[in-house]
Amino acid sequence: MKGKRKGTPLVWLSAIIWGFGCIAHKQIIKGMLFLLGEFFILRFLLTSGVNNLKLLITLGEREQQKIWNEALCVYEYIDGDRSLVILLYGIITIAVIGFGIILMKKSVKSAYEVEQLKQNSKKIPGFREDVAQLFDNNLHLTLLSFPVAGVVIFTILPLIFMMCMAFTNYSTIDQKLVLFDWVGLDNFKTILSLGNTLGQTFWSVLSWTLVWALLATCSNYILGMLLALLINWKEVYAKKFWRFCFVLTVAVPHFVTLLIVKQMLQPEGAVNILLRNLGIIEMTESLPFFTDTLWARVTVILINIWVGVPYTLLQITGILQNIPSELYDAAKVDGAGPFKTFTKITLPYMLFVTTPYLITTFTGNVNNFNVIFLTSGGAPRTIGATAGETDLLVTWLYKLTIDNEYYNTGAVIGIATFISLAIVSLITFNLSKSMRDEEGFR
Amino acid sequence: MKNFMKKPLRKKVVIVLAHLFLAVLAIFWLIPILWVVLTSFKGTLGSYSATFFPTSYSLQNYKLLFTDFSAFNFPQMLLNTLIIAVANCLISTFIVISVAYSLSRMRFKGRKKLMNAAMIVHLFPGFMSMIAVYYIIKLFGWTGGSMLRVAMICIYAGGAGCGYHIAKGFFDTISYSLDEAARIDGATRFQVLRHIIMPLSKPIIVYTLLTSFAGPFKDFMLAKVLCGAYSDYYTVAVGMYKMLEQEYITKWYGSFAAAAVIISIPIAILFFCTQKYYAEGVSGAVKG
Repeated sequence: MKGKRKGTPLVWLSAIIWGFGCIAHKQIIKGMLFLLGEFFILRFLLTSGVNNLKLLITLGEREQQKIWNEALCVYEYIDGDRSLVILLYGIITIAVIGFGIILMKKSVKSAYEVEQLKQNSKKIPGFREDVAQLFDNNLHLTLLSFPVAGVVIFTILPLIFMMCMAFTNYSTIDQKLVLFDWVGLDNFKTILSLGNTLGQTFWSVLSWTLVWALLATCSNYILGMLLALLINWKEVYAKKFWRFCFVLTVAVPHFVTLLIVKQMLQPEGAVNILLRNLGIIEMTESLPFFTDTLWARVTVILINIWVGVPYTLLQITGILQNIPSELYDAAKVDGAGPFKTFTKITLPYMLFVTTPYLITTFTGNVNNFNVIFLTSGGAPRTIGATAGETDLLVTWLYKLTIDNEYYNTGAVIGIATFISLAIVSLITFNLSKSMRDEEGFR
Repeated sequence: MKNFMKKPLRKKVVIVLAHLFLAVLAIFWLIPILWVVLTSFKGTLGSYSATFFPTSYSLQNYKLLFTDFSAFNFPQMLLNTLIIAVANCLISTFIVISVAYSLSRMRFKGRKKLMNAAMIVHLFPGFMSMIAVYYIIKLFGWTGGSMLRVAMICIYAGGAGCGYHIAKGFFDTISYSLDEAARIDGATRFQVLRHIIMPLSKPIIVYTLLTSFAGPFKDFMLAKVLCGAYSDYYTVAVGMYKMLEQEYITKWYGSFAAAAVIISIPIAILFFCTQKYYAEGVSGAVKG
């Protein structure tokens, strides 16, 4: 920090007594606010924070105890430690400390700034002017503080809380639901090794997840693009009508269409009935849409095409209409046929523009909870005790935590999902960057 | 059609085939929707039916939804979802517009870092933080109370800050010279936002309002995780999912279809409205 290197003792003191520099230079209210912040944070740390951190090391050891009360002739229960509460409070304490450090830095920085102003004999802004700045040049502070707080409190802190569980033995295995301990990387070892059921399930689910995401993304992209091209073809009449037909499925809430399709594909569902009535299958026969592994996997991919292609159509139509027409004119002059025009102009252009879209679709498909959970539900259930053949990492995560209470394993799966997504995104991003340089569409 | 007649025969055949192909595809895409509409008027009980489309029709499935509260209180579910949707749409829109405006118009330290952080958070299964919030709620014993509703609103709206991309893209298209002109005239940044940018941003504000309003009606995952067994707080999505469970399906199968129709019509209308505003938003406000 610049302030510390060049600052006077006043700046240094501001790190210990927050707002000291401000008060010394007559920025009373600002300085008092800093001091008030310090007071509350220190009070929190001294009353409960230190204790929270101490407990965080062991995650609690006291079990619930039953003591015979002679006078009342009943058993009295003495509350034991609850590791989950300790973990939560520990994380909150760390977050408060982090906030305190930011506040301290701010205190030093503003002390330094006010010092500089003084040295250059400029006017030192009062509190009123500081507030006015929050609606002018510092408007981003005002606008962003609330949203950032929202994301930190409701997304990032819960994420950290969840991730910490990956390093504990919080699980129904060995009945560690009230008191649990840190176990380091043991859970990761279990999951990554092939020597036990959980590990085998993990590798099988992971490979299916990646295959699914790849197939689902590519099939949607290719078919959606072909459909968009067909509707966009200048000989096709009633373009708007066709688009409406397909986009209608996007307009209906996702979970509704998925539940409907699931009902239609049941052994005694509408599709089997229709096939029977048409004489394609026997009257007692049903196609095993969700009961046979291969059938189930193909079915969920087909369902995803049904749900996803209209969405791709919607996205791609706009881009197609934006391809500069000079490119096509030039191709025509050079005597390129429709196929060559497609492979040399349309496809590279689309890939160039839609790479970010492809990455987000891939991410979305890896985390595609709805399509699996609401249709196959992971069935058929043959691998391991916790996952089925069509389960993705996310749906398995759901089953592990909500149904089976294997909280630590669930957290490991969540982290694994993140890591695999981060790797894939990084690779695609770098590849597309190099491709961008070569093609240079701009 | 005059053009069509003039074309060579081979081309005519190709064009007709293309239309036939589109028609077959369209039927494939529309049949499930048609099926659910017809099933919602089905006259017989139960999930089994010997024909693809029902044979007798009545309004009893709709009547059941609004009169029989023994297992499912559908009006209550609608109300729950509506409360969450309204609160979410107001808070989310405020958040999205604030974030998008700051990231698009202001240059400050840590701007790139914030954008990267938003991207990284997006790579985690969204569901992980939901489960964590579920533990926290369970920990404090809030599962059966109205805190559940507050928690749902907080999670829907709290995550909104990461979904700023479309609105930011819109603000990026508004010419910066408008800002500069106003600044020279002595307007503060806030005044620029309030009196110049906001009036120009109506399409994107309406778009954000509509999409975040529709969010809770479409979401299944969060509501399923948080509501668990507390049927008083079910949103429509969770309730409809329950209707298809073993013990209820015989009586509620047709009503499920009816509920699907009731929910889908307003959401579809909202969707087509958002498409209009989306198109307006993407094509930009004042160019140049």
